[in-house]
Amino acid sequence: MSDLTSTPTAATGTPTVPLKPLGKVVAVTSGKGGVGKTFVSANLAAALSRRGLRVLVLDADLGLANLDVVLNLYPKVTLHDVFTGKAKLEDAIVKAPGGFSVLLAGSGMVEYSRLTPEVRDDFLRIMSGLVPRYDIVLLDTGAGISDVVLFAVSLASEVIVVATPEPTSLTDAYATIKVLVGQQKRQTIRMLVNQTARLGDGRAITVQLQQVLDRFVSSEPGRPIKLVHLGDIPADPAVRQAIMRRQLLIQSMPGSPAAMAVTQIAQKIEETVVPRI
Amino acid sequence: MVLLLDFEQHPVSSTVASSSPVPPVDFEQLRLDDARALLSRDAGLALPAPAQSSTDYLQAVIDGLCELSLKDPLTGLANRRHFRNVLDRTIEVVARSGEPALLLMLDIDHFKKVNDTYGHGAGDVVLQTVATALGKCVRPMDTLARYGGEEFAVILPNCHTYFGQTIAERIRQTIEQMPISVALGVELHVTVSIGGAYAPEWVRSTGTLWTERADTQLYRAKKEGRNRVSLDYQQEIVVSAEEKNMLFGHLALGDPAWIDNTAGEPPLGSALQRVN
Repeated sequence: MSDLTSTPTAATGTPTVPLKPLGKVVAVTSGKGGVGKTFVSANLAAALSRRGLRVLVLDADLGLANLDVVLNLYPKVTLHDVFTGKAKLEDAIVKAPGGFSVLLAGSGMVEYSRLTPEVRDDFLRIMSGLVPRYDIVLLDTGAGISDVVLFAVSLASEVIVVATPEPTSLTDAYATIKVLVGQQKRQTIRMLVNQTARLGDGRAITVQLQQVLDRFVSSEPGRPIKLVHLGDIPADPAVRQAIMRRQLLIQSMPGSPAAMAVTQIAQKIEETVVPRI
Repeated sequence: MVLLLDFEQHPVSSTVASSSPVPPVDFEQLRLDDARALLSRDAGLALPAPAQSSTDYLQAVIDGLCELSLKDPLTGLANRRHFRNVLDRTIEVVARSGEPALLLMLDIDHFKKVNDTYGHGAGDVVLQTVATALGKCVRPMDTLARYGGEEFAVILPNCHTYFGQTIAERIRQTIEQMPISVALGVELHVTVSIGGAYAPEWVRSTGTLWTERADTQLYRAKKEGRNRVSLDYQQEIVVSAEEKNMLFGHLALGDPAWIDNTAGEPPLGSALQRVN
C-alpha cells in the first residue's frame, strides 16, 4: 500500500494519487443531501442481508451522516472510541433491525473530519479489518463531500451515486461524478435514481448524464467514463411512512413499489460486487 | 458545566449539611472580587445585589464572563475564539445547505506608521473607528471579528458569489474615504487590503483551510500594492451553463426562458452557478 503515502493537496487535503480500492466495498454517495441516500443505504443493506449476505454499513461521514437516526440506533460504543483506542473494533459493531451490521461514527468524530495522515491511517486500518469479515461493506457518506468522504470513497471498488430527477440533485450528482472521475480516475460509476415519477425516467436521466460527461469531462483516450444505470426507486408514499415510523421499508412494507425496487437493485449489486465462488 | 446550587434548602450562612448528596456552594468562600471588578469595569455590567438572590447573582457573573470571553475589549468585535466557533459552524452549514458563504480577512495598510508617528493611543482610535465602519458595511447576520493586531475578519453567510466583490469593495472604499480624528485637529486616512475566499460548497473542509485560502488572497492584495480586494472563488467544481443546458435540455422545465437566459451566457469566472 505504498500508494497511500501521497501528500495531500493544499486545496482539499485529498490525496491526488488514486488509491487501490478494496474489493466488496460499495460507496453510496450523492453530493448534496436530501435525496434519500441514507434511506437507500439502510434498505439496500437489509435487502442484501435477506439474500443471505453478511453486510456491514459504515457511517463513512464520521458522525455527520443520519444513519443513527434512520435506524433508531444509539450505541454506547462507536467508531470514535475505536479511533481513540478506547474500544475494540468488534465492540463498536451493532446489529441493525434488518439483520445487517452497522458501524456508527459517534458525535465525537466531527473532530476527525479533516483528513490528517493519522485519520487516514486509522480509517484504512479499520477498513482493512472490516473487509474480510463481510460479503459487502456499504459506505454511507452523508451530505457534502468531505475530504474524509472522498478518501473513504477512494477505497471502494464500486460507487453508487444517488440522485432524484430534480435539477438541483442532477447538478449535484453531475458535479460529484466529475470529482470522482477527476480525482480518483474512476471509469465506472453506478447511478441510482430515487423518487422517479414514471417508468424509464431514471434510465433517461442516466443517459442524459452520460451524454454530458462524454462531451464535457475529458478522459484519457480509449478509456471512456461509463455510467451504469443500477435502477430506479419510484416515488412511493410508503417510503415516507416508513421513515416517519423509523422502520426499514423492506421490512415494514415489503410489497410496496419502492421496496420491490430496492430488492431488485440489491440483486443487481450482489451479481456485480460479490465474487462468484 | 452544571453548577448545582441549592440555596433554598441550605441557607448561605449554614454549614454543609452532611445529609445532602450535593454540598451547597458556600457563598462566603467564593472569591468573586476579581470577576466583579472585571465585569463592572470592562463590561460596564450592573450586577444584582448578592443578598437578593444568590442564584441570580452567580448567573449574572457567569453570563457576564461568558460575554467578556467572546469579545475583543478594544473594538467590541468578536474575538478570535468566537470567530473560530462561528467559522466552524458556518462551514458545516455550507456543506449541508449549499448556500455560498464568504470569509474576508482585512488588514490596515501601514498601521505601524500610525503607531510610530502618532502613538499607540491614536492607533487604538484607528482600530476602533475601522471596527465601527465595518459594522456599517455589513448585515446584522454577519460576524465581525478582530483577528489580531490590525487584522480583522468578516464571515458573511448566505452571500451570493456575485456579491462578494461588491461588499469587499464597499468596505475598502468606506474606510479609504473616512476621516479618523485621532487628536484635536489631527485627522488621518487609512486604507485596508482585503483578501477573501468562499467556503467550498462541494467538498466539506475545515475552518483552518478556509482561513488559509482567505489569508493567501490578503497576502496577494498586499503584494499587488495594498488598498485593494483580492477574492478566491472556489475552484473545485465548475458546472457551466452549457453543461447545465445539456443536462436539462430534455426535461420539460416549464420555463424555456430560463434555458434562453443561460444559453448565451459565458461561464462567470470559475464561480459555481446554481440552477435557482
